[in-house]
Amino acid sequence: MSFKELTVDQLAKKVVNQDNLFLLDVRNEDAFEDWKVESDSFEHLNKPYFDLMDGIEPIQDQIPEDQDVAVICAKGGSSQFVAEQLVDAGFDNIYSVTGGMKAWSEHLEPVKIGDLEGNGELYQFVRLGKGCLSYMVVSDGEAAVIDATRMADTFINFAEEKGAKIKYALDTHLHADHISGGRTIAEKTGATYYLPPKDAEEVQFDYEPIEDGNEIQVGSSKIDVQALYSPGHTIGSTSFIVDEKYLMSGDILFVQSIGRPDLAGKAEDWVGDLRTTLYERYKELSDELIVLPAHFSFKEELNDDGSVQEKLGVLFKENDGLQVEDENEFRKMVTENLPPQPNSHEKIRFTNMGKETPDEEEQREMEIGPNRCAVR
Amino acid sequence: MEEIKSDHSLDAKGMACPMPIIKTKKEMKNIDSGKVLLIEATDPGTKADMKAWAESTGHQYLGFTEDGDTLKHYIRKASDEEAKGETSFEHIVNNDELKEKMASGNTTIVDVRESAEYAFGHIPGAKSIPLGELDDRANELSEDDDIFVVCRTGNRSDLAAQKLSEKGYKNVTNVVPGMSEWDGDVEKA
Repeated sequence: MSFKELTVDQLAKKVVNQDNLFLLDVRNEDAFEDWKVESDSFEHLNKPYFDLMDGIEPIQDQIPEDQDVAVICAKGGSSQFVAEQLVDAGFDNIYSVTGGMKAWSEHLEPVKIGDLEGNGELYQFVRLGKGCLSYMVVSDGEAAVIDATRMADTFINFAEEKGAKIKYALDTHLHADHISGGRTIAEKTGATYYLPPKDAEEVQFDYEPIEDGNEIQVGSSKIDVQALYSPGHTIGSTSFIVDEKYLMSGDILFVQSIGRPDLAGKAEDWVGDLRTTLYERYKELSDELIVLPAHFSFKEELNDDGSVQEKLGVLFKENDGLQVEDENEFRKMVTENLPPQPNSHEKIRFTNMGKETPDEEEQREMEIGPNRCAVR
Repeated sequence: MEEIKSDHSLDAKGMACPMPIIKTKKEMKNIDSGKVLLIEATDPGTKADMKAWAESTGHQYLGFTEDGDTLKHYIRKASDEEAKGETSFEHIVNNDELKEKMASGNTTIVDVRESAEYAFGHIPGAKSIPLGELDDRANELSEDDDIFVVCRTGNRSDLAAQKLSEKGYKNVTNVVPGMSEWDGDVEKA
């Protein structure tokens, strides 16, 4: 007997399908507290691998015998080590998650959101391990990606499978929690990379500015992507309205929470903008628009089909961040008691501006941990 | 930071977890209590894991420095004697009393921990003379000095204070517990 490998692809299917799994996380306790595989249908146990080097006696009684047990660590080495120990102790149905939390952090699960005008399609790429959401509009052999994450090839290959070429890469804002893939995609495919100019003042490479009222048309059936200036999370934050049906809200509005204004160190300055965007500009939009945010933080935000989306009208009724009538109370909520800032957020911003160019391994390290872009 | 002294070293460069910890654990068995092991590693995961492992096993994690891509971790092997916490030298002050003395007059603070422990944090102005070097270096102190001996828990400084006293130093005081609970200013180098 030996243990089996479980790919992050397979793990993602278990999360989406809400399958049961006993997940033994052998990273150190701080790492586990900070960030783990989120799923209601999983049972978690954390025991650092270095406490199991002389055998699995410390946890032997807690490991189920009649259920699949997967071991996960930071990169996939220690989980094999512990999986081996479990097999030696007589357990079968033991798996080691290939590539560990690092691979988990990079996995993207594509989910179809809906059909668009003509033969168009809209996809959401759910980064389960980090809570990032990216989008692709495909129409007549052309594609636009919005808020693409670092795994550029995943987007390029997906477009190819759909018989489309990526012509446009857009970011709703300068990200602080993850490294944008927009620039790499543009370099590899010849696509045009669009950024809101107010977020891009210090950017070190060529980009195309996208401002309020600009429109981009994808494919011959003319699916338009309309820009709507919506500052508050950053000064340049811009939302995109796709096919008059979908509102890509970036990090301004999430399903159960709203964006935080402090990641560029300017909470006090930007809180007014955030209020105006959410309580005035978005109010003027149709309640029927389907909000597609750039993040989800809580597994409750994940729908049964694995997507993250909700009608704007519903959010105005149910999202706590949109129910605060009093302006001072709102100011307090979004500037006080904020969650810790994302890991390496300064370095990530500099990388997205092209001021720093860490190698791939370092980029992975920088992105470790949850996104923490929301105020709840 | 200049080169930090260690008694033993282990090359774990290029290894991915769990190997650096497995090797460290093995090496720890071969060295004497109280000695400092330097582990050179390139896996960034060791930053958190070395410390967590050391704490879970009772060894003293001193800290790490970065040298290009190499992380240099310093761990001091746990010693049973220090855990006892019994001291026999008569003149003692606690940490707060030391702070008062420092504020009110000329004190000579002698830190008798290993130099690696000293390097990762000591009382500003403290002089480093590791316990093992005290016999050779006691003459660096003057007999008239008001000497306060400090270590991590008060145990090594107890032995050092006895030694100094035997050598004829008159104003010698042991600081208990010492650096393990020191909440005043700290200097590194």
